[in-house]
Amino acid sequence: MEFIIVKFVLVLIVFLVSLGIAAYSTYAERKIAAFLQDRVGPDRAGPFGLLQPIADGVKMFMKEEIIPTNADKGLFILGPSIMMMTACMTGVVIPWGDTLFINGTEYAVQITDVNIGILYIFGVVSIGVYGIMIGGWASNNKYSLMGAIRASSQMISYELAMGLSIIALIMTTGTLSIREIVEQQQGFHWNVFIQPLGFLLFIICAFAECNRTPFDLPECETELVGGYHTEYSSMKLGFYLFAEYINMFISSAIIASLYFGGYNFPFIDQLGLSHNMLTLLGTLIFFGKIFFFIFFFMWVRWTIPRFRYDQLMHLGWRIMIPLALVNILLTAGVVLWKNGQLFN
Amino acid sequence: MASNPLPADKNTGALQAKEYTTLNLGPTHPATHGIFQNVLKMDGELIVSAEPTIGYIHRAFEKLAERRPFNQITPITDRLNYCSSPINNMGWHMTVEKLAGIEIPKRVQYLRVIIMELARIADHIICNSVIGVDSGAMTGFLYVFQWREFIYEIYEELCGARLTTNIGRIGGLERDFSAKAWEKIHHLLKEFPEGLREFENLLVRNRIFMDRTIQCGPISAERALAYSFTGPNLRAAGVDYDVRVMSPYSSYEDFDFMIPLGTNGDTYDRFMVREREMWESLSIIRQAIEKLDKLDDKTTYHAEVPEFYLPPKDEVYNTMEGLIWHFKIVMGETSIPKGEVYHCVEGGNGELGYYLISDGGRTPYRLHMRRPCFIYYQAYPEMIKGSMLSDAILTMSSMNVIAGELDA
Repeated sequence: MEFIIVKFVLVLIVFLVSLGIAAYSTYAERKIAAFLQDRVGPDRAGPFGLLQPIADGVKMFMKEEIIPTNADKGLFILGPSIMMMTACMTGVVIPWGDTLFINGTEYAVQITDVNIGILYIFGVVSIGVYGIMIGGWASNNKYSLMGAIRASSQMISYELAMGLSIIALIMTTGTLSIREIVEQQQGFHWNVFIQPLGFLLFIICAFAECNRTPFDLPECETELVGGYHTEYSSMKLGFYLFAEYINMFISSAIIASLYFGGYNFPFIDQLGLSHNMLTLLGTLIFFGKIFFFIFFFMWVRWTIPRFRYDQLMHLGWRIMIPLALVNILLTAGVVLWKNGQLFN
Repeated sequence: MASNPLPADKNTGALQAKEYTTLNLGPTHPATHGIFQNVLKMDGELIVSAEPTIGYIHRAFEKLAERRPFNQITPITDRLNYCSSPINNMGWHMTVEKLAGIEIPKRVQYLRVIIMELARIADHIICNSVIGVDSGAMTGFLYVFQWREFIYEIYEELCGARLTTNIGRIGGLERDFSAKAWEKIHHLLKEFPEGLREFENLLVRNRIFMDRTIQCGPISAERALAYSFTGPNLRAAGVDYDVRVMSPYSSYEDFDFMIPLGTNGDTYDRFMVREREMWESLSIIRQAIEKLDKLDDKTTYHAEVPEFYLPPKDEVYNTMEGLIWHFKIVMGETSIPKGEVYHCVEGGNGELGYYLISDGGRTPYRLHMRRPCFIYYQAYPEMIKGSMLSDAILTMSSMNVIAGELDA
């Protein structure tokens, strides 16, 4: 019973934190864009415009909900639902922190440590493509359909490169559990130093998976009006936009855990703090890393143009995947050499 | 052109029969930046053929002009290429001056050059930064757009209006440049280069931007000439035709500037030609200021043409003669010689010409406006054929087709 309550509370916290961060990512996006573009950004709702996300949310709910006459009603509703659901599901396996001792019992700051955590994330993220495809298809609009086609082909191609770049990481870590991968990076032994190329490939693919510039073809407003969500309005549109920000948050969390030590930080052992304090500090640092990557996502978005469809495919299939394969081979060679099995 | 062309029949070269999609790009599409339609026949992302439709904001300017006195046509010209209204205004004034044989003082000509070059910068800023926006880079747009805003402030100082300027009068300018206007112009000359450089740093050597724009919507010099392209679009294709040099007006022959040229006639070349032209325009403004300093004349801002130039308010209120002239000019009852005249200026996006036939009456007998956009847009289907949707959008924004000028 206690187990269920603890997990329930954790799920609730992670869910709320994801939503909160996604909401404030929209605010951050606008503020950062404004900062990069010599503007002021939202500053009317509350001090420094801090209530802007709430105002936006209320606006989204109050908007008239339009379902096009010729749209497939069931699928039209299913699309954003899948998108939102998968976005929220990925946060489950991420270790947000080390363990906490409360009344002598040890609680991990993680909902569940699945021993195939990485596979779980990949599985769930792939379902997200259906949200876009179904939404674009059900809208019965050519622009939506084109956006959906672009999105699905882009996400499928880049998932391959992403998976391959992870394989090299798994070779060095020897585990699929994200918690174990994080624990191996104790202190400053971050995987980014072991797998620099893998990290580069992974972060590029993460951009593509989140449909962020330079990979925002599915919804580029200057070509496809609104892309796959052209016909959506009200909170269904809100779900799509929100899911994108949650995805960005989760992607940043995964990058931070897999390559940047998760909740680990240098000189963690020399602070002389109690275990609980270290855990809390680690969680804070983890969020700091996440926020840095969210900022990075936005920074890139407001700096460079987007690719063309064929260039995107070219990059995905002819550059990223071969590089990922080379990375696997190199890693395999080094791992064998370290084990003394090469040249034997 | 896209790297993967349509499957063509080996013997006939005809496109193989396929099921195509019809996509309506416009009339209200975010990328058209105005109201005009393109019916695209698409094979997936590739464009098989395009059929442009124009006339959504046709306001019959040429017909309107036949019912208006000469000085009342200036506001109409504002609404042609509204990104560089002052050039249109000046072009029109110069056409009437040519017909009436009015000699314009040097100082006024130089002041006009300053205004026209400011307008050219504003026009090119919009076109180039919108290429950035359409390719997904919004930031550069805002870096230079604040300078367009500043140029509008200068217009405001010169004539009181910002977008539809109605600047100047037949025979000169309606007022001299104020001290504040000069201050602003000097500020622009000092600070704008930095902003422009920042913008160029973002895009000019950006790998993604180059990949997107090089070989995107190209047109050869032959085809461009055959369509009678002018302006930056023609120069991008490698033909050094610039009205300012070929048939100088408003003393452009006194200035020393380069005509930037491209080679491929693609989007990147058009972008770069416009980019270089902004630098040349800045240099022309600097030269004009120098020349103004050297002139002995420091106060003239219009020619002495009482038939066309409104007398000062003081005279209108206090003298009979002044009131009569004022009345005659406002009512369009001034005498103008019979004859026909063509005058062209280098507008923001090409040769803007006015072909004016006068029968000596109060209004033109016929006025034709040679609008460069109207000509560019006819080549658009040819330029985007076989390319991808994204290329079509970049091509459109790089041709700088302005709906107001297209439909007139």
